[in-house]
Amino acid sequence: MDATTGPAIAAVELQSARRAMAPPSRFGDKAFEWLTLLMALGLVVLVILLGWELWRGSSLAVRKFGFHFLTTSTWDPVAEQFGALPFIYGTLVSSLIALLIAVPLSIATAAYLTELAPLWIRQPLVSLIEMLAAIPSVILGLWGIFVMIPWLRDYPFPLLKRLFGWTPFFTGPIYGPSMLAGGIIIAIMILPIVTSISREILRSVPNLQREAAYALGATRWEATRIAVLSYAKNGLFGAVILGLGRALGETMAVTMVIGNTPQIAASLFKPGYTLASVIANEFTEATTDMYLQALFEIGLVLFGITILSNLLAQLLLHTMSTTFTTRAVQ
Amino acid sequence: MKSLRSARKIFTAVLLAGISATASAQMMINGAGATFPYPIYSKWFDEYAKVDPSVRFNYQSIGSGGGQKQILAQTVDFGASDGPMSDDNLAKAPGKLLHIPTVAGADVVAYNLPGNPALKFDAETVAGIFLGQIKKWNDPKITTLNPGITLADQDIVVVHRSDGSGTTYIWTDYLSKISPEWKAKVGTNTSVNWPTGIGGKGNEGVAGQIKQTPGALGYVELIYAVQNKMPYAGVKNSAGNFMKPSIESITAALATADIPDDFRFSITNAPGADAYPIAGATWLLVYQQQKDAAKGKKLVEFLKWAAKDGEKMAKDLQYAPMPDNLQQRVLKRIDEIKI
Repeated sequence: MDATTGPAIAAVELQSARRAMAPPSRFGDKAFEWLTLLMALGLVVLVILLGWELWRGSSLAVRKFGFHFLTTSTWDPVAEQFGALPFIYGTLVSSLIALLIAVPLSIATAAYLTELAPLWIRQPLVSLIEMLAAIPSVILGLWGIFVMIPWLRDYPFPLLKRLFGWTPFFTGPIYGPSMLAGGIIIAIMILPIVTSISREILRSVPNLQREAAYALGATRWEATRIAVLSYAKNGLFGAVILGLGRALGETMAVTMVIGNTPQIAASLFKPGYTLASVIANEFTEATTDMYLQALFEIGLVLFGITILSNLLAQLLLHTMSTTFTTRAVQ
Repeated sequence: MKSLRSARKIFTAVLLAGISATASAQMMINGAGATFPYPIYSKWFDEYAKVDPSVRFNYQSIGSGGGQKQILAQTVDFGASDGPMSDDNLAKAPGKLLHIPTVAGADVVAYNLPGNPALKFDAETVAGIFLGQIKKWNDPKITTLNPGITLADQDIVVVHRSDGSGTTYIWTDYLSKISPEWKAKVGTNTSVNWPTGIGGKGNEGVAGQIKQTPGALGYVELIYAVQNKMPYAGVKNSAGNFMKPSIESITAALATADIPDDFRFSITNAPGADAYPIAGATWLLVYQQQKDAAKGKKLVEFLKWAAKDGEKMAKDLQYAPMPDNLQQRVLKRIDEIKI
């Protein structure tokens, strides 16, 4: 058997080797390169077009109100006086509350899932968290009105008032719909994405890191803190930024629980308003040109804030990683 | 490979045949606008399909603002709006736009108090509450109107719509008519700069907020209060009677309000003795000169059917139909549409 098939196999091998040595056609590579470049550029063009359309749609309002649009607080569709400051404030504060709640929870969950959880518990827990992301935001909003707000109003809010009533953040009457309720609902909405990404990042930390820490006699907590969390710092920061992006743009559920009152109040028990909410609320019934343009400008501001916060994050990440490496080198 | 190609050919043929079949058999009339009358409009379109199977209606309830914009841009065959169009917007129309009133509804004053007492309000009190001047339930202005009902020293949590809506238009139109201060400070619109209160999104949002907040008071459409079994107040009308909102008291408002020839009317604070004061109509918007003769003819036929037979379905869906005197005027207006 061997004697007859051996030379045949050798001949085939030689042939394929020759084929491999022949200069291959580069067409596929080139096409692939151009295609991916096109797709990538397409995304950039999309963002630019979006910004351009928002700019075009709001040019009248931009010209009329100028910089005052960003610094005044009156939103009066009847008198056509428009100022976006309370909406900007509401968007930033509610997102900040959401991050304060969601980030520690998400990272702790991710750390538990990758470092500590027994195998049989991991997959069910991961599926549950991912299911949280699948809940439509309008359902979450209704749940917010009928379940979360009455509960918050009866138990956690009075407790917060009793404990921290001496700060300006937890004063005044408690009605339920409030900036804090808005922040909490956003926190619930960004939890799954921040957790999933954090988990992926922690999973990609090489085992060598953990083993090295254990070899030095680290406890489990020390190993997780020094070898895993610290190593994955930049990636986790990225996950937080993605969460922030979602938080800034969250609309429906927030609209249903934040109280929709354009005001700037220190107390988190007072109702607020976000940029995305005012667009969702008022766009369909805006009949005059200036009103519609002002809403477009709100969109432009939201677009700007999202881009700006991402740029700032990139910058922060850059400085963080450079100081980290220089320190490492030293 | 060959079978795949022939399958594709068959598929294309079937698709083309399907498109051409529907195009020749049925005419599509497109409309867009108000959300408030959407339930009755969709009922009408369904029923009308039995009357005239050759037309189909495609109605997008995108809001009154969108309805006005689309009919101005002539991207739809008819628009729909919960408020009459402004002079500015009418001036932008490429032809003469007709307002055809279809049905009316009411805003009710709903509240959340222990024991659900039946309360009464007058214009001054409602305006005072929404201007943020009456802050407590035991304010003398409320208690003198409601003798025998004990009201606690409790904050009134005002709830209003946060989204632009015809409901808000009716509400602010009423407040502007009865309170000079409201007119000067706030005015009439689908959304306004509220002096006080928290905003709920949609009727369901406001209804939910009221039901969940002790001491809350707000306005919702009649049908939402009925469906959610919320208590709602009687309101003193301009004749001095306290009226509960109902289909009869809304139609009474329609019958007694002063209605101008262009049908851009408001029926808030109507003079009738039995009229509920916080009511409003909704309109279809059509061009007097129809561009497409065949479509125009079908549209006119439908409008006539709606004004005559469609109106009879209104009550079942908690809308008030047009009273007889107004119905005759509407039919005359539909006759003026040129094809």
